[in-house]
Amino acid sequence: MPFKTFAAFVGPSIFMMLLFIAFPLASVFSQSFHVTQPVYEIVEVETCTPGFLTQTCITEEKSVPKLDENGELIKIRRFVGLQSYANVLELGRAKEALATGSWQAFQNIDFWKALRFTLTFTLITLPLVLGVGLLIALVINNASARVRGPVIFVSLLPFIITPVIGALSINWLFRGDGILTATLEWWLARDIAMFAQAWTIEILMMLYRVWHVAPFAAIVFYAGLQTVNQDSLESAVIDGASRWQRLRYVVIPHLMPLIVFVTMIHLMDSYRVFEEVVGFSSQGHVISLQWLTYDFLIPDQAGNRSISRASASAMLTMIGIVLLLIAPLRRTWREHKGGH
Amino acid sequence: MSAKSMQPSFGLKLASGSFLAFWCLVAAFPIFWILVMSFKSPVDAFNESALSVIFGPSTLATGKGVSALDILLLIGIVWLTAWITTKRLPNLVRSYAPAGAQAIGWGIGVLALAVMFLVLMLGVAPWITSSLGPSLGPLGRDIIGFTTEHYTTVWVDRGFSRNFQNSLLVTAGVVTISLTVGTLAGYGLARSGSNLAFWILIVALVFRALPPSVLVAGYLPVVINSAEWLAPLLGENAPTLYGKPWTVIAVLVAINQPFTIWMLRSFFQNIPAELDEAARVDGCSHFQAFRRVIMPVMWPGVITTGLFSFLLGYNDFLVTSLLLDAQNQTMVPAIAGMFNMETTTTDQVVAVAAAVSITAPLFLLVMVFQRQIVSGLTAGAVKG
Repeated sequence: MPFKTFAAFVGPSIFMMLLFIAFPLASVFSQSFHVTQPVYEIVEVETCTPGFLTQTCITEEKSVPKLDENGELIKIRRFVGLQSYANVLELGRAKEALATGSWQAFQNIDFWKALRFTLTFTLITLPLVLGVGLLIALVINNASARVRGPVIFVSLLPFIITPVIGALSINWLFRGDGILTATLEWWLARDIAMFAQAWTIEILMMLYRVWHVAPFAAIVFYAGLQTVNQDSLESAVIDGASRWQRLRYVVIPHLMPLIVFVTMIHLMDSYRVFEEVVGFSSQGHVISLQWLTYDFLIPDQAGNRSISRASASAMLTMIGIVLLLIAPLRRTWREHKGGH
Repeated sequence: MSAKSMQPSFGLKLASGSFLAFWCLVAAFPIFWILVMSFKSPVDAFNESALSVIFGPSTLATGKGVSALDILLLIGIVWLTAWITTKRLPNLVRSYAPAGAQAIGWGIGVLALAVMFLVLMLGVAPWITSSLGPSLGPLGRDIIGFTTEHYTTVWVDRGFSRNFQNSLLVTAGVVTISLTVGTLAGYGLARSGSNLAFWILIVALVFRALPPSVLVAGYLPVVINSAEWLAPLLGENAPTLYGKPWTVIAVLVAINQPFTIWMLRSFFQNIPAELDEAARVDGCSHFQAFRRVIMPVMWPGVITTGLFSFLLGYNDFLVTSLLLDAQNQTMVPAIAGMFNMETTTTDQVVAVAAAVSITAPLFLLVMVFQRQIVSGLTAGAVKG
């Protein structure tokens, strides 16, 4: 197809991606090195309070934001270099905490706390999602054709539910003396408060994520299982391979591209874990990298949004994405070159 | 011999069957449970005993409950509706709707069914219970606590219907624009083997990995100060983009675009290129070939991609909560707000009712489009 036609087809999409993805990225990059602040000036203010016989007047120096002729705040944007990054990373505090060997103090710094949780979350949920997904797929594949449809229907429910609502619905099961907390208490015969300490909340968040994503993995694997070569399975049986050996040496190698695919998607998605923090309202104990950026972006009590700090934390989050994508992109590039 | 040796043993069958049952329980339980909770009084809904939550004694004590007759009627009506939808409706649509207007036929059919369902539920069922109930003795007496007051509170008093309309507007906008822009690009990319097309796809893949919060950090200052920088272009009446649904639609479409073009491209690649070559030989331009030959066979792919765009728009929390003001708030941030603000258990149950309300359309969606969703999930994987 000639270039002109190609451009006409692809143009609108490219335009939207440039305007709404590439441009904001560039703007975040530049914002992270700048700070926009109102200009303050020192003025002498005389405050008088009515007293007995005479007024009491005090003169003091106050810093007041400067206004222009329309009565609006004058704001200036100035270059601060890596200042915002330093504000987010708090390297001084982090070094001090590490020097004293206090992991607790280190984890009181928002960024490192968020990074620690995001990485733990990603790495722990990944094998669980793959394992549970594969198990469900194998079991559905073994089930009789009549139950497959309904089972897939039920399995799709956790996947399709709005993430915040899904997290909330799990939250309600455990909140206070919720039904599952009560069951656990009865089972373990001790008092349990799921939302009083960080680690129980983290377990709940991971369980929620596995519940939410495992159906996706299961359906992808189930589709892959349909194309397993029956002949190689049969020859494996003739060679005396046990069920487990057939799974290990025939089925899993066949599913390998799909496992890589699910791994990639899951790494991307769980690295930006966010909805769990909202749904479990865990910000007091557990936060994630994306939530950190979000938190900088919502206005504080004075109505200010710390845009530059948000940009810095966003750029730091991006580093992880870049590291994550290097390997698959190199592979795609090699395949592309090999294909021509 | 092989068929027999491939058969699983009894023990394995048992284990696999019980795991399947366990998984179905785990998958459905939280959703089922919030559904049950939403119909109970707060004391019952957050009771630590499961039986109290299901049977709702204190809800019953306040005089709100359903009798065995009500339950039978409810099951009957739901079963009738489901039966007509799955067994009769497809044939009816096929025989009465003209060939080109199947979609419209489905729309009318579903609408008629919804009206029938509402008439049966709100008109016929209460009439039957009130006239027959007293004469049936134990069957007509209330046995399970059941109240719809939380739904009334959410939808009428809390103005949730406005959130619902906003969600609808945002979602409809996202789906329409995503698909229009995406099908064009997907087709172009599938039919061009150039290096440029490859690079566009790679960049799209990188964009797919970006957390939305990174992008929103870029939009916010621009959107909030838009009146200032639009003033030279539009004069005094330059609008503030902050809080407008259109801004959110544009942002969500862009965030969704990488995924959309990857998915549509893989669907287009499954359509043989000979098809549009034949059309071109017959004298069609590229656009005509796309519109007249490719689009008619592309509907399954477009519907699947549309479903996933729908989910993105409908489920989004981050973008909508940051870029919309309270006036134009969509459902998800509204519910999260309700959950976080309210402290009494009554308010919590109201939030549960809102959560069930937002999940119900998704439930219907899976029911109707299960096959498309499954094919969409696997489409990316097979090519990926």
